[in-house]
Amino acid sequence: MSDKTTKVREAFLNALAEVNSIEELEKIRVEYIGKKGFVTELLKEMKDLSNEEKKTFGQAVNVLKNEVNDMINAKREELKQKEIELENSRMPEFDVSIPANLKRGSYHPITLVQRQCEEIFKSMGFTVEDYSEIVTDYECFESLNIPKNHPARDMQDTYYLENGQLLKSQTSAAQNAIYKKYKDALYNEGKAIKAIFPGRCFRNEATDACHENTFFQMEGVMVDKNISISNLIFFMKTMLSEVFQKDIKVRLRPGFFPFVEPGFELDISCLICGGDGCPSCKHSGWLELCPCGMIHPEVLKAGGIDPDEYTGFAFGLGLTRLAMMKYGVKDIRDLNSGSLKTLSQFTDDK
Amino acid sequence: MFLSMNWISDFVDLSGLDKMELISKFSLSTAEVENDIFFKGSDISGVVVAEIKSVENHPESKKLHLLKVDIGEDELVDVVCGAPNVRVGMKTAFAKLGAQIGEITIAPRKLAGYTSNGMCCSEQELGISDSHEGIMDITDDVALGTDLKSIYEIDDIIFEVDNKSLTNRPDLWGHYGIAREFAAISGRELKPIPVTDLSMYDSLEKIDLKIEDPLCQRYSCLKFGNISVHKSPVNMRIRLFYCGMRALNFLADLTNYLMLELGQPMHAFDSRKVEKIRIKRFDKPFTFKTLDGVDRKIDENTLMICNGDTPVAIAGIMGGLDSEIVDDTDTLTLESATFDAASIRKSTVRLSHRTDASMRYEKSLDPELTPIAVARFVRLLQEIDSNAEVISALTDEYAFKYDDVKLSFDKAFVDKYTGIEIDNDTIVKTLLSLGFDVELDGDKFNVEVPSWRATKDVTIKADIIEEITRIYGYDNFDIHTASVPLYPVRAAQEKSDEDRIKDILVKRYSMHELHSYVWAYYDEYKALGIEIENNVELINATNPNIKTIRKSIVPTQLCQVKYNVGYDTDFALFEVGRVVEGIGADGLCDEHKKLCITLYSKTKDTQDIYFELIDILSVIADDIKHEALSFEKMEATHSYQHPKNLNEISCAGVKLGEIGIVNSSVAKKIDKKANVVYAEIDVEAFATIKNASISYVEPSKFPEIEIDLSFVSASYAPIAKAIENAKCSLIRNVSVADIYTDETGKSITVRIVFAHPERTLTKEEVLEVVNVIVDELDAQSIKLKNGLPM
Repeated sequence: MSDKTTKVREAFLNALAEVNSIEELEKIRVEYIGKKGFVTELLKEMKDLSNEEKKTFGQAVNVLKNEVNDMINAKREELKQKEIELENSRMPEFDVSIPANLKRGSYHPITLVQRQCEEIFKSMGFTVEDYSEIVTDYECFESLNIPKNHPARDMQDTYYLENGQLLKSQTSAAQNAIYKKYKDALYNEGKAIKAIFPGRCFRNEATDACHENTFFQMEGVMVDKNISISNLIFFMKTMLSEVFQKDIKVRLRPGFFPFVEPGFELDISCLICGGDGCPSCKHSGWLELCPCGMIHPEVLKAGGIDPDEYTGFAFGLGLTRLAMMKYGVKDIRDLNSGSLKTLSQFTDDK
Repeated sequence: MFLSMNWISDFVDLSGLDKMELISKFSLSTAEVENDIFFKGSDISGVVVAEIKSVENHPESKKLHLLKVDIGEDELVDVVCGAPNVRVGMKTAFAKLGAQIGEITIAPRKLAGYTSNGMCCSEQELGISDSHEGIMDITDDVALGTDLKSIYEIDDIIFEVDNKSLTNRPDLWGHYGIAREFAAISGRELKPIPVTDLSMYDSLEKIDLKIEDPLCQRYSCLKFGNISVHKSPVNMRIRLFYCGMRALNFLADLTNYLMLELGQPMHAFDSRKVEKIRIKRFDKPFTFKTLDGVDRKIDENTLMICNGDTPVAIAGIMGGLDSEIVDDTDTLTLESATFDAASIRKSTVRLSHRTDASMRYEKSLDPELTPIAVARFVRLLQEIDSNAEVISALTDEYAFKYDDVKLSFDKAFVDKYTGIEIDNDTIVKTLLSLGFDVELDGDKFNVEVPSWRATKDVTIKADIIEEITRIYGYDNFDIHTASVPLYPVRAAQEKSDEDRIKDILVKRYSMHELHSYVWAYYDEYKALGIEIENNVELINATNPNIKTIRKSIVPTQLCQVKYNVGYDTDFALFEVGRVVEGIGADGLCDEHKKLCITLYSKTKDTQDIYFELIDILSVIADDIKHEALSFEKMEATHSYQHPKNLNEISCAGVKLGEIGIVNSSVAKKIDKKANVVYAEIDVEAFATIKNASISYVEPSKFPEIEIDLSFVSASYAPIAKAIENAKCSLIRNVSVADIYTDETGKSITVRIVFAHPERTLTKEEVLEVVNVIVDELDAQSIKLKNGLPM
């Protein structure tokens, strides 16, 4: 009788060798170990055997059934594996040399540099203030120690409006309001005034590659009981080193601005040549960057702050100029051009 | 202003010091020096005094002469010279063989057949004047063969300071004031100005002088005559030339020299024309011819110098042609005066005529200087022309005197302001070197400001700090951070909203942020057919195109869309900018900060991008405020607005702005083949909306029931209202699943999701709610399309 099992086994092995798919495998599974499969059928032949033979034959058939079952399972795993491999191999290889699609939005370059500056000052506890673009003569001049007929008013050609207001010619126009806003906290709670106020300014002048009638500045002030020139230089140097992400050399020269005393022009070592002299710094090694100074006592007084008790510094940074320097924009008019070809390049910069 | 190191050195001994280093210190301590520094005479060498011994005409050339010159050596030198002014006995500048003249090295040279062993030089060739009428005519008594540089100040270092950096320093408009700065910087002594003591002339007759107007602060004058010198000495001419002034004649040069030396403008009249000097303004306008021959309109505000009632000069600006020195002038009247700075400045603007004198007067000159300048003038006059005579007493009327400025402060004040330690001795020494009087009493400083700094420049204690620190040197400052108490700093709502809006638009919707101008651009608006409305006007715009301030960013942005047509098939722009909606009851501009967005598409239809924009705005409101937007139809009032598709946007009861499509009249002009929609919202109004908290709902663990209901309706609004009115807590979500149009009209399929937090819902419960909704709509003749789904 073991001949029979051997034959069935051989037949199965031959059939299994031919199997190439899960479906075929299933078919031979049913053929051999299904209810009416060859292996199952073998058991029917047992009825004519002796008890002793039945036992032996039964065991042999069971062994065969288990063996067939195991082989089918193994084959199934093998076929599944093959199928996965086949699927993987069917997938084409992608050409990653094709340029990526970088289509996305953009920030205005002024927004980018403004945010960078804001971050630096926020990290040092400064508040960021916003202020209107149309201001009064008092805000823009009188409160800043620039009385009527002061020659300093010649320095800036201001756009005046029909109602006597004007387009602010300097972000300093917000100083008075900021002092008034925070002076109670300064007096009552000892909170130093630390504020920056970026904003758009206007000058009534003809435009060319270097001159605009509309541009951005960022002004900053700090007022407390013991604010000194030494602090001013420190903050300027720190801010500019952060902005340009390198240790910046700064130097101060006397500069005349009615709302500060002493007033300074701050130069930084040329970013291009590092101070050796090159065409962009006119061979001086220095770039004039930001006017600053100790807030004039009259300006503090106008803001309701006693200059005998408090001192402070103020600075003005040309954001437009900074953006141009940082990104190598050569024509200032590009910034307000509204040209997507130009401006869509400024995706983000943190 | 150009400055001469030689001239400065007249008043402070800078020998042994590095001049370039001093100049760079001056730049950091006083006023910025321009980059180009000129080393005059550095390209001139080997030029000596020579005498022309013989002159022969060149046989073949009309221009050339054959000269023999004596250069103090044994042999005469043969020279070929083309100058027209050669004559026997004339002394001139001679460049010997091997001499350097600019880029030329002198060598024997053949000229029209004759060898020239050197070159006679013109002043222009030597770089000491622009005169090229001929070779230099030396009249000084000097030995032949003397190196020219040993007798004339050809070598000099000239540096320039921008006038703008000196606006607040009237004392720096002459070399003497600059020398004072160099003295302070170098620690050397400033020498007194050499003057003639004019008291010796006190017995002479005074000039008839009367200041009749408070705009004249001080007027000093003096008569002199018997002038025999007509050409200024070489060194004076060189200095004037190096400092950018042209030498004219001795008297004109001398007044200019005084101005460049002391900063005090001076003027010399023909005495016959100024017998009764009166300084006043006139009641009526008239025309006056200045010495440059120009007729100028003088009005009632312009201060004039007069001879009795006849105007002879515009005070502080320019003399008149009629009182100018002429050939037969033998007596001159010298004016040295100060006038009200603002008045001079205004007159300058009115006349649109700025002169070297008016430029200085505008800065508030020190009236103490006027008689000193006269005394200095007389000193130089007599040094150069020994025949010159003073023929009147110094006549001086001092009508307005500045108050003395005395300031007191203590060491603690200096420490607090500087943040560093500068010792008392340094403070005292610095202030003394700048001409301040200082008295130190313990730690208290009593300072008197010198008159030349007291006209407006130094008035408060903080000004003294500047004097101390600028000489101390900002480079020498020990810098440190401030120590202040720390408190949390919260960003203003508006600012943080603005930043977040920008991030959403750029990062999520790939929009481009642009900037534009605040005015309504007439030409650009016109090109798009957008009307300029009754905007607030600028009164002094030089460009008629930008005469008014925009009321809305929308037209500006439509112009930008037009500008960018062709950039891509689809793009989206935005700007956060300001507009002025009008003038308020308080007389102030009603300014608002707005966000404007425009979508431009060639691939999508108007309705699609309109809804896209609604989605964008809704995401902004939901993301930043957790609030929904509502829209209400509004009337078009501007030429670019569309009569139908224009909606007012509100959020949490606050009106924010509008969303609309562009009026076809404008849209066509932007791009016939593209669709444009816009929205504008008020950022300040948006900031007033409170941030609602996120309303978290725990997802039900029990099965949800989803029901689609199709209604025949032109609008979704009544459906939304009916669902809301059902006030059913089981409704978890509502969305529009489909919108379609067929023979019955427009249908909207709404998908409602029901769930109960604690148990499985029954059909009946859900149907009960659905029926309420369907009945409410049915009552409005909004029919359910395909019957109930369950």
